[in-house]
Order: sequence, then C-alpha cells, then structure tokens
Amino acid sequence: MTEEILRVENLNKFYGDRHILHDINFTLHQGEVLTLLGPSGSGKSTLIRCLNGLEDFSSGAVYFKGEKIKPTDKNWQEIRQKIGMVFQSYDLFPNLTVMENILLAPTKVQKRAKDQVAQEAEGLLKDVGLEKYADSYPRELSGGQKQRIAIVRALIMHPEVMLLDEVTASLDPEMVRGILQIMTKLSKKHHMTMIIVTHEMGFAEQIADQVLFLEDGRILENTPGKAFFAQPKTERARDFLESMDF
Amino acid sequence: MNWQVISHSLPIFAQAFKLTLWLSLVGILGSLIVGALSSLIQYFKVPILSQLFTAYVELARNTPLLIQLFFLYYAFPVIGLKMSATTCGIIGLIFLGGAYMAEGFTGGFSGVNQTQIDNGKALGMNNLQLARYVVFPQGFALSMPALAANVIFLIKETSIFSVIAIPELTNTALDLIGMYYRSNEYLFVLVVAYAIVLIPVILLLNLLERRVRYGTFGD
Repeated sequence: MTEEILRVENLNKFYGDRHILHDINFTLHQGEVLTLLGPSGSGKSTLIRCLNGLEDFSSGAVYFKGEKIKPTDKNWQEIRQKIGMVFQSYDLFPNLTVMENILLAPTKVQKRAKDQVAQEAEGLLKDVGLEKYADSYPRELSGGQKQRIAIVRALIMHPEVMLLDEVTASLDPEMVRGILQIMTKLSKKHHMTMIIVTHEMGFAEQIADQVLFLEDGRILENTPGKAFFAQPKTERARDFLESMDF
Repeated sequence: MNWQVISHSLPIFAQAFKLTLWLSLVGILGSLIVGALSSLIQYFKVPILSQLFTAYVELARNTPLLIQLFFLYYAFPVIGLKMSATTCGIIGLIFLGGAYMAEGFTGGFSGVNQTQIDNGKALGMNNLQLARYVVFPQGFALSMPALAANVIFLIKETSIFSVIAIPELTNTALDLIGMYYRSNEYLFVLVVAYAIVLIPVILLLNLLERRVRYGTFGD
C-alpha cells in the first residue's frame, strides 16, 4: 500500500442553517488522482477548499500524511506550502511579471535562494512552453497561458498534493487541451498526487484513479475511475454521465 | 487694487508659502503612514488594535480640525504637555489626515478581489506577506483617487493653522490685513498663492493616478 497523503474524516460544513457538506469521508494515497464530479452546486468546490483551509468546516477532520491538521491559521499556512492549489479564475498577481509571480512565494514564504528558484522556474516555464514570457505581465497573456503560469507557480512550491478547482472551466475550448495535457503529464510522468474538480468527462475518465460523485453535499459514490465510467453504481450518477454526453 | 502694496508683501508671503508647503508635505506623509497602518490593521482585524484604530478614525473624522488644534494648543499644556504651535499643527493635521487616509485605503483594500487573496493564501502566505505583496500594492492603486482627494483637502486644511498663530499663508494674510487694512490686495495674493500650490498638485496627482493604475492593473 502506498503512503496516505490526505484523509478526510466525517467532515461537515454548515453555512448558517444550511448543511453544505454531509459526513465526507475519503482517503487519498501517494500518486493517486481523485476527481470530484457532480452537478453544479453539489459542494465540489467547497469541499476542495476545505482541504487547504480556505473554507473552514463545522466538524470532522483532515489528516495530512496521517497527522491531524489542527485548524488554526498558522497551521494552515504551513500546510498550504505542501498542498498546491490552482483555481478556475487563473488570477496571477497583476502588478508582477510572470517570473516575479512564480518566484514570490518560494523566496518570500519558503525563503529559498532566488537564483536556484529562478533556474527551476525557467525549466518549468519551458515544460509548459512559455519560456519566452518570463518578463511579460499577466495582462499580456491569454487565459490559457495565465492558467499554465498559475500551475507553474503552484508546482514550484514542491507541493505533495495539488488541488485543481475547475481549472479549465473559464477557458476557451482551444486552450483547454493544453491545460489538460499538462495535468495528464503531471500525473503520468511525475506521479503527482492530485484532486481535480472538473466537468471534462473524457479527461476525468482518462486520468481518474478514483471518482467521488457528489450531490447536495453528499458523496453518492466513491468508485475507482474505470468502474465509475463503465458502470456507475447509482442511477443519479448514470443520469449525470448521460447528460454530459450528448 | 494697489500693485505696490502687493509687491511689498511678496517677500513675507514667500516665507509663508514655504511654510505652508512644508507643513502640508509633513502632514500628508505622516497621514499616509498612519492611514495605511490603521487601514491594514483594520483589514486584517488584528485583535484589540483594530478596535482601537476604528475608534481613532471615528473620533478624528467626526471632530473639526479647529477643535483638535485648540485641544493640542490650549488644553494639553494644562496637563503639562506644552508643544510649539508648529508641532501642534503637524500633530493635528496627521491626526485628522491619518483618519481620512485610512478610509481611503480601506476603500481600496476592500476592492482587492477575494480570488487574489485566495491565491496568496494558497501559496502559504501569512497575513503580513499577504498585506505586503497582495493587498497593499493592489489596494493602493485602487485607493489612489480617494488619497489624491485627501491630499488636496489636507493642503487646504493648513489654513486653519492660522488660529494658533502659525505664520502660514492664511495667517500671514490675516495679519497683514489687520496691520494695513488692505484686504483686497492681501486676499488676492492669498488666493493666487493657494492656486499656485494646488493646481500643479492636482495635475500631478491625476497623472500619478493613471500611472499607478496602469502599472498595477494595466488598464
């Protein structure tokens, strides 16, 4: 059995009286890719944001490498250096160049030596085909390019797990492919442990080791990827897959 | 209008002009520092300090500078704290201006997108790092119009220093009028002097606003 990276135990979240997440339980192992699927408003984004403390939860616990995370600001700050996250909105810091965006956290938060990080950044930029844009400002880049930089900016922190929250949802269809290829490469070549929220079913089918299917804040299915796409256990998931597949 | 009266008064006004400029400069810089600090403390809801600064902002914004100066100049010596008129003036201006600048910064900081904050947090930044690398640079650009309006306001507010006998422009004009009964001439010089300070400042601030905005957001 490979090492356990994240474990979620009986996680519940309320907004006031509204019960947003119901008794969420799952485990993520080293190198695994977990995809969160489900209709809009099912709680996928809220759940993924609970995993690095951007949202707080009402009860339950998150374990990182077997250790329970005490949900204090300071603890989350430490943990977030090991849990990278990329968002739907591909926000780079607009006042900084691409290179400055990438170097900011490793040098200021992790206090790593600038020239070493810069060298690594150049390599990563090359991997995503954007080495020419190191000195550009985000405003000079397309959405897809910005999202690739956002992924590089998360990777350079050397995270042990990556959270990807609908990272292709606001991109032009043309741009989507490039991003999906990067994620696929991350998984297959670098064995990055990832949790992916996506509406790209074809991609999910290819990449998912495990699928969590959510509706109304409940996990309806926790099924291995191949099995889920071949034969969902619940009727709701079957309907969902059919609706996505015209 | 007697031009000779005017030309004779110019050296005195020149002194006053310099003093007004200097007081404004010190007051504005002090206000910006106090305002930025106060606003960041409120933004990150630093316990105790943030309540303290909220109280300060309310107190300073809801009392006239005239009364604040009277307090510093006439009431403080009663409790054994005697300061020169100039010191009182500068402290008063920073006390008032700091609160206005704080409100200006707060408007800008609250305009920084939550997604930017989330990005900073997701990269492991603590509050101090978020403030320095995300909230302040972007919020500052958004605050520029409000801060610029405050700069103009504070320069004009130095005219109130006349009541505690600081020989700046307004005090000098009133003094001269009292001595020579030439109100038309001296008031004319006074108006021109303020215009000479304020018009370039306004133009400069407009330019700066656009520059900072473009440098930060590129639009």
